[in-house]
Amino acid sequence: MSVSSADPREHSTGYLPTGNDIQRNIASRRRRGLVWQIVFLSSLLIGLLALLTLLYTIVDDSFGYIAVQTKIDPEELSDRPLEELSKEELIEILRANVSAGLFRRFDRDEPFAERSKESVLQLIEERVIGRDVVASYKLTESLLERERIEATVRERFPRAELEFHSWINYDFLTRPMSSVPVLSGVGNAILGSLWVIAITMLLAVPIGILGGVYLEEYASDTWYYRLIETNINNLAGVPSIIYGILGLAVFVRALEPITSGAAFGVTDSNGRTILSAGLTMALLVLPLMIINAREAIRAVPQSIRLASYGLGATRWQTIWNHVLPNALPGILTGTILSMSRAIGETAPLIVIGASTFIVFSPDSVFDKFTVIPIQIYNWTSQPGSQFRNIAAAAIIVLLTTLLLLNATAILLRNRFKRSY
Amino acid sequence: MEQEARVQAESSISAPFVRSLRLQRRMRIGERIVESIVFICGALSIFTTTAIVVVLFQEAWLFFGSPEVDVAEFFGTTVWQPETGRFGIWPLLNSTLLTSIIALLVAVPLGLGAAIYLSEYASPTARGYLKPILEILAGVPTVVYGYFALTFVTPVILFGLLGRGNVEVYNMLSAGLTMGIMILPLVASMSEDALSAVPRSLREGSYGLGATRLETSLRVVVPAALSGILASVIVAMSRAVGETMIVALAAGAGPRFTFNPLQAAETMTGHIARISGGDISYASIQYTSIFAIALVLFFMTLLLNLLGGWIVRRFREVYE
Repeated sequence: MSVSSADPREHSTGYLPTGNDIQRNIASRRRRGLVWQIVFLSSLLIGLLALLTLLYTIVDDSFGYIAVQTKIDPEELSDRPLEELSKEELIEILRANVSAGLFRRFDRDEPFAERSKESVLQLIEERVIGRDVVASYKLTESLLERERIEATVRERFPRAELEFHSWINYDFLTRPMSSVPVLSGVGNAILGSLWVIAITMLLAVPIGILGGVYLEEYASDTWYYRLIETNINNLAGVPSIIYGILGLAVFVRALEPITSGAAFGVTDSNGRTILSAGLTMALLVLPLMIINAREAIRAVPQSIRLASYGLGATRWQTIWNHVLPNALPGILTGTILSMSRAIGETAPLIVIGASTFIVFSPDSVFDKFTVIPIQIYNWTSQPGSQFRNIAAAAIIVLLTTLLLLNATAILLRNRFKRSY
Repeated sequence: MEQEARVQAESSISAPFVRSLRLQRRMRIGERIVESIVFICGALSIFTTTAIVVVLFQEAWLFFGSPEVDVAEFFGTTVWQPETGRFGIWPLLNSTLLTSIIALLVAVPLGLGAAIYLSEYASPTARGYLKPILEILAGVPTVVYGYFALTFVTPVILFGLLGRGNVEVYNMLSAGLTMGIMILPLVASMSEDALSAVPRSLREGSYGLGATRLETSLRVVVPAALSGILASVIVAMSRAVGETMIVALAAGAGPRFTFNPLQAAETMTGHIARISGGDISYASIQYTSIFAIALVLFFMTLLLNLLGGWIVRRFREVYE
């Protein structure tokens, strides 16, 4: 009796193979098992591969050769290096090389007598030497195809010089943005992010912890407790752009006198401020904060509460002196996770109207602002490969921040982990 | 600090002794105040929801009340051109659904496969390393995925596979694929939790009857964890529908009614982001129109979230 492996009875119920069929049956089932195991493993590997590709793309865009072309060779301006010249000599060079009108305008902006030597040198570099990046290359090409790049640059930009450039550098971290990619930086975007996060956390952390305390320690199983609980779980699933819409209508528009600072004597502002952004983000991370705080509080064993009550403590004394200190590591971890969410969130801030181009640093909550994710969005959507380069550099700044935060969260969790 | 605590402790011990017997009935005002503050903090979430609903309905009411718009046109026509006063939501809704479906087609099989591997095949040590790495993917901000879609998925993968002439620079396929990668860890992580929660005895029983590991996984463990797996798919769908940055960057600007994923078409979230990002007047119909779109979006995600919760409760298998 020969049974082919396509025999339908092989899979039907109630059929028991006998003799050699047993071996064949087992072998084919094992084969199928192996094939599927490979399929399952590859889906996991595809996920990991995606992560690697993502990182590779970012790094590939952040470093590489750039071809720099100058209007005038610095050596033609002076026989000594420019840095060694005195301020007066530098002013003379500037006067000789820019139009008289432009020179007068610089003087009006800030009189030359008051300018520092560095400021004059910067003017010469920008206006006279005019370093211009005419081409940029990715890291992989720069490493593997150096000859080809050199040949192309020699042919297309004879006066240009090729240099290896890290798009992420000290200047990038400190400079404000500029319409020229190579002179652009995330300095004021970092400050903007810090301001917004500070306001968000100032509001969301205490309210979130107390909200968690209410749900875990005070609430009894009433209809409004169930309403609040369901509501918080559903709020965590509301798309972030809806929070942006809420912020636009409530904080930017309805509460404009407060959020623009008009009620406090600030005049040159509208509702699209750091304060509006912080308030909106606080509403966004609040459900997350509450859910995390609840979990941390729930993990505190009941015996600690009972011991405290047994010694005559009131409910709040028990919570403040025993429950919260024990739940602190968990709450901190949750806080950091909420914070990383708020740092990376972009959509609500676009709706609220974060400015994409501001050159000054924010110095009050009633200022216009930009944040790192908004800059990434803005630069990614601009045409031109150099904007991709600085977008990638900004992504590295953002991801490094998030990685550090998450590492801190894990460290805290392990450092303060208690077992009961 | 420590001394303070001791003083406090001493006073709280000595106080009850003074008024010893009326201890139980004492009205503690401090406790009452704290309780109210804590309750307000918990109830603040109700304020958020109410505010969302009120704001959305209020502005959407103005939108539908204006002479250029009627509800039948809004839900029944396929042209969205605010400039000419034509407001049919279908182009936006269609591309939202199309990108989300593409994302699910990527994320559900891969996520489920990864979850089965992690839960049923991987050793505990390997799982300890692999799962956090996968969760890093979930922690990457979505704007970074938008950048990825535009600088890698479209130019390298799509142009490479389909030819530059056949694919538009901004297209729904690229946005959908990238969104699939974004929600993959969500599906994998939630499904893995559901699979791991299936008690060991069920697996042992299956092995005892002579089933292979694959047969045990697919015929015993997966059906037992089905409610959790379905819930993860629903949550992933809700995330995809509400996702903004990837589609804003990669799916294109400008509403367009098309079923061809290789073309550019703006989604609901992308439209809201683009319109509200510019300086629009609060009195214009464009301003109120984004609230109408947001209202539809809000109810779509709310329904999906409620459905997910219902599936978990309704089909959960309770063991022990």
